[in-house]
Amino acid sequence: MSEAVAQRPESNAPSAVPPSAALRAVPRSGWHVATVASTRRETPNASRLELDVDGWPGNAAGQHLDVRLTAPDGYTATRSYSIASSGTGTRVTLAVDKLPDGEVSPYLVDEVRGGDMLEVHGPLGAFFVWAPDAAAAGDSDGDDTGGPTAGTRPVQLIAGGSGVVPLFAMAAAHGAVADSTPFRLLYSVRSPDDVYFADELQRLAEASAPLRLDLVYTRRAPDGWPSSPARITREVLETAVIPAAERPRVFVCGSTGFVERVADWLVELGHDARSIRTERYGGT
Amino acid sequence: MSFITRGFSGRSRDRDDRLPPGQTLVPDFPVLSAGPTPEVDTAEWEFTIRTESGVHRWNWDEFMALAIEDVDTDIHCVTHWSKLGTNWRGVSLDTLFEHVETEREFVMAHSYGGYTTNVPLDELLGGKAWVAFEFDGEPLEPEHGGPARLLVPHLYFWKSAKWVRGLLMMDEDEPGFWEQNGYHLHGDPWTEERYW
Repeated sequence: MSEAVAQRPESNAPSAVPPSAALRAVPRSGWHVATVASTRRETPNASRLELDVDGWPGNAAGQHLDVRLTAPDGYTATRSYSIASSGTGTRVTLAVDKLPDGEVSPYLVDEVRGGDMLEVHGPLGAFFVWAPDAAAAGDSDGDDTGGPTAGTRPVQLIAGGSGVVPLFAMAAAHGAVADSTPFRLLYSVRSPDDVYFADELQRLAEASAPLRLDLVYTRRAPDGWPSSPARITREVLETAVIPAAERPRVFVCGSTGFVERVADWLVELGHDARSIRTERYGGT
Repeated sequence: MSFITRGFSGRSRDRDDRLPPGQTLVPDFPVLSAGPTPEVDTAEWEFTIRTESGVHRWNWDEFMALAIEDVDTDIHCVTHWSKLGTNWRGVSLDTLFEHVETEREFVMAHSYGGYTTNVPLDELLGGKAWVAFEFDGEPLEPEHGGPARLLVPHLYFWKSAKWVRGLLMMDEDEPGFWEQNGYHLHGDPWTEERYW
C-alpha cells in the first residue's frame, strides 16, 4: 500500500487517492490447512504453536491470520492471531495468550497437540508490517524528504503483554538478515515468567545487529531489578524510546488502553503521528 | 473445505440469528485503528461533500442544525466481533445529499488523520448511512471516531470511517486505506467479504 494515501498530511480538502498501482506486494490471503507440528508452553498463560501450513505463501513480519475451529455439529468460531514468524516458508509460529472467558484461545493453549489440523486464513494485514527491504514492503511514508532514507530510519517497537508477538516477528526478521537499521523494543510485561520469546529476545539483543531491549515489569520484577514494578509512563517513554528527533518508525501493539495511552504520549513527545503504527488485541 | 477440529466443542449453541457468519458477540466496544487517535476540535471541524461541480460544506453548528436521527443498529467488525442493539445519533446521508447533484456513483470517505475508505453511493443512501456524533447518549469518544464518524452498519465497521471529514465523489470505485491493506472493496458481513 502507499502510506502517501493513509498518512498524507492534512490538507483543506479531500483529494483523489493515488492509483492502486501503489498496492503493496504482500502475498494474497486465502484459506489453508495447517498441521500442528509442535506446541509448548510459552508462559504460564500462553502456548507457542508451530504450524505447517499447506500452500502458505509466506508472510511479512507483523501480519496476522484467522484461525477457524469447527465443532462436530458444524458450529464454528474464528479469531485473529498475530504471527510470530515471517519469511517465505510454510512453517508459521503463533504464540497464543489464554483469555479467561475465551472460546478459541483455551483450545489453542490447552487442548491442541501435535498432528492436529486447523483451518487458517491469511496472511492478513499489510500496514502493521516491517521488512528489511523497505522498498519491497512499500515502506515509504512520503515524508522522507530531507531525512534519512526509509530503510535507515530507526525502528522502535513498543509491546504490552502478548502484543509482543508481531513485534517479535519484526525483531527476528531484522536479526535474521543482520539489517543495520537500529532496532529497539520496549516491552511491558507482568513478570519475568510472562516474557514471550525470552531466550530468542536475549539472543537478538546479543546479535551482530543488536536489538536493544528494555523491559518494564508491571507486577513483579526480577530480584535486584533497579526499579519497582509499575506500568509504563510518559517518563519511561522519554528515556526508553528512540527520541522523536531521530525520526523512528514506531510500532505499538497491546491492549486498546495500552495502545491509546502510549500513542497519545508519543505524539505529545513530538513523534510524527504518521510514523506511529498501532495494532490492538481485542476482548475475546 | 471446512472440517471438524479435533477436541473442539465450542461454547454456545444458541446463536443469535442477528449474528453474521464468523462473528462473535462482545459486550464491550473494541477499537480498530492503524495509528494514534487524532484530536479534532469541533470548533475547527468541517464536513465536505466534493462533486464534479463543487464542494458542499458544513461546519459543526451547521451540521448540528440538520435533522438528527436516532439509530438503533447492530455493528460488525471484520476482526470477528459484533455488537447488537447499539444506539447512535447522527445525520442521515440522505439529508446531507439532499441538495447535492452528482453523476458520480462512488465515494471515498476521508478522515482526519488521513485515512480513507471507499463505498458505493447507493450503499450510503436510502436510510442506510449516517454521520454519527453520539453513542449510547454520550458524545462519541475520540477513540471511537469522535467528534463524528460515518456509520454504515450494514457493511463491516471499517467502512464506518472514524473522524470523518469529507466525502469525495468518484467515477469509479477505488480502494481506500483499509482496502489497500487487504480488506475487501465492498465488505458485506453476511457474505463474509472480509479480505481480497
